[in-house]
Amino acid sequence: MTVVFDGIASGLLLFLISVGLSVTLGLMNFVNLAHGAFAMLGGYICVVLLNRFGVPFLAALPVVALVSALVGVVLERTLYRRLYGASHLDQVLFSIGLVFMSISTANYFFGAQQQPLQLPPMLSGQFNLPGLDIGVYRLFLIVLGLAIAFALQWMIAGTRFGAQLRASVDNPRAARGLGIDVDRVFVLTFALGSALAGLGGALGVEMLGLDPEFPVKYIVYFLIVVAVGGSGNIKGSLIASLIIGICDVAGKYYVPQIGAFVIYAVMVAMLIFRPQGLFGRTAAK
Amino acid sequence: MASVKLDLAPLRQAAAWHWAEYAFWLMPVLAYFAFGENLSLLSQIAIAALFCLSLDLILGYAGIVSLGHAAFFGLGAYAAGLLAKYGWGDPLLGLAGAAAFAAAAGFVTSFLVLRGSDLTRLMVTLGVAMMLFEAANKLTDFTGGVDGLQGVEVKPVLGMFGFDLYGKTAYWYSLAVLFVMFWLARRLVHSPFGLSLRGIRQNVGRMPAIGAPVNGRLVVIYTIGAAYAGVAGGLLTQTTQFVSLDVLSFSRSAELLLILVLGGTGRLYGALIGSMVFMAAHHFLSDINPQYWQFWLGAALVVIVLFARDGIMGLLGKLPVPGRKPS
Repeated sequence: MTVVFDGIASGLLLFLISVGLSVTLGLMNFVNLAHGAFAMLGGYICVVLLNRFGVPFLAALPVVALVSALVGVVLERTLYRRLYGASHLDQVLFSIGLVFMSISTANYFFGAQQQPLQLPPMLSGQFNLPGLDIGVYRLFLIVLGLAIAFALQWMIAGTRFGAQLRASVDNPRAARGLGIDVDRVFVLTFALGSALAGLGGALGVEMLGLDPEFPVKYIVYFLIVVAVGGSGNIKGSLIASLIIGICDVAGKYYVPQIGAFVIYAVMVAMLIFRPQGLFGRTAAK
Repeated sequence: MASVKLDLAPLRQAAAWHWAEYAFWLMPVLAYFAFGENLSLLSQIAIAALFCLSLDLILGYAGIVSLGHAAFFGLGAYAAGLLAKYGWGDPLLGLAGAAAFAAAAGFVTSFLVLRGSDLTRLMVTLGVAMMLFEAANKLTDFTGGVDGLQGVEVKPVLGMFGFDLYGKTAYWYSLAVLFVMFWLARRLVHSPFGLSLRGIRQNVGRMPAIGAPVNGRLVVIYTIGAAYAGVAGGLLTQTTQFVSLDVLSFSRSAELLLILVLGGTGRLYGALIGSMVFMAAHHFLSDINPQYWQFWLGAALVVIVLFARDGIMGLLGKLPVPGRKPS
C-alpha cells in the first residue's frame, strides 16, 4: 500500500511539472524540450528564497510560480514565438540549445552539487495507519496536484479563456478573424505552462533533488507523460502521470536491478499501441 | 507501350565527382602532416563524421527524425568491444560484426519508427536509446556498467599494421573506413533508391502514387543508417580499446543532431564539415574553459536554428564559386 501511495504522490508531482509541457506541446504544438529547464529554474528560486532570504516554504511557492511565468513570457516574446510555425525538428534543436545553456548557467551560479532544502516542520514527518505510512509532504503533493488538475480542466473546458485557447490552437487564422488576440492567448498560455513547471520544480526539490543536470535527467519523464497521456489533455496527463509514478516507484521498489528500464518499456509499448496517446485526440498535423 | 524518355543528364552530373571534392579529401592527408601531434583528435573527427553521416542518411535524405541514434553507435561499440575481448580481435571482422549487430537492431526497431508522426518518432527513438542505456548500465557482468568495458584487445589491421601509441594506424584506419563508407553512401544517395528517399521526405503522400513503397524504403534506409552508426561505434572501440557507458547517452544523440545541423542536413559533406568544425571547437574551447563550453554550444544551436537553418553547407552554397551548382 505504501508503494501505491508513494507512487501516487510521485505521479502527481510528475503531473504538476509535465502538465505545463502538455499545454505547450499539446495545445500550442511546440516541442519544448527545455521544459525541464523551467522546472529547474523554479527549484533554484525556491532554494534561494528559503536558504538565503529565509522566506517560508509556502510563501515562496507563489513567488516561484510568478517569476517562472515572467521568465517564460520574456523567452516567449523574444525567442519561442519565432518558431511556432517551424518544424518539430527545429523546435527540438532550439530547445536542446536552451537546455545546454541553462545547465551551464546553473553550474556557474550554484555549482554542480545537489541543493539542500529544509521543509517546514508542518509538512515533514509522517503518520502511520495499519499497513500504510503516509508522509505529510506526499499527502500535501497529492492534494495540491489534484486541486490544480481540476482547476486546469475547468479552465480549459469551462472558461472563456479556455475556449479562446482551443480556438487559437485549432485554427489561428479563423480565431484572429473572430477577434481573438491569438498572440496574447499564446503568451498567457506559455506563462501558465512555465509557472506550473516552476512550481513543480520547487515542489520536486524534496523528492527529485536539484542539480544542474535536472533538465536532462527528467525531461524523458515529462515527455513520457505527455506522449502517453495524449498531448493537450489534462485528464490524460493526470492518468498517465499516475500510471508512470506508480510503475516507477513499484519498479524501483520490487525489481531494483532493472531500474528505470520499466518506465521506458512502458512508454515504447504505449506509443506502439496507441500512437496518439491514451486519450489523445487525432493530431492536427 | 510508349517508353518514357527522361533527361537524366542533371542527375548524372550531380553524381559525378566535383573537383572541390577531390580537394576536400586531400585535407585529411595534409592534416596528418600538419597536425601530427593531434592524431587522436583527428581520428575522433573521422569517427564523428562517420556517425554523423549515418544520421544524415536517415534524417537528411529520408526525413526520419531521431533523438536516439546513439543507440546504434553504442550497440556497434559494445559489439566490437565484446568480439575483441573474447578473441575475435581482427578489426575488419569486428567492424563487420558491429555493423551486422547494429543493422539487426535497426531493422527490428525500424518498424516502431514507421508508426506515427515526427513527435512519436522522436519519443520512440529516444525511448529505445534510453532502454539500451539502462540495459548496458545494469548488465555489469557483460558490459562493465559505469566502469566501462575493459580488456579490449584489437589485432593489427589486415594482420600488418598494429595499433601504435601515437595513433598513426588508428588515424589511417579510421580515415580509410570513413572514406569507403562515404563513397558507398554517395553512390547510394545518387542511386534511384536515394532519389526515392528524397521524394519521400518531400512528399510522403505522393510517393506511393508513382510506385515507390514508402515503408519498405524507410525500413531499408533506417537499417543502413543503423549499420553505419554501428561501424562508427566499432571504430571508436577499436581505436580507443575501451567502451564507456556514454556511447549510449542522450547527450551523444543530441550532440549528433547539433553537428549535423551545424554542417547542413541532406548533403553528405555537411556531416563531414559539421564534425570537423564541432570537434575542433570542442577541443579548443573546452581547453579554455571545460565547464562552460556547453553554454556556447547551446547558444550556437539556438542561433543556427533561428538564423542559419541550412548550416555551413548552406552558407557555402550561397558563395559564388565558379563551377559549383547549388544542390
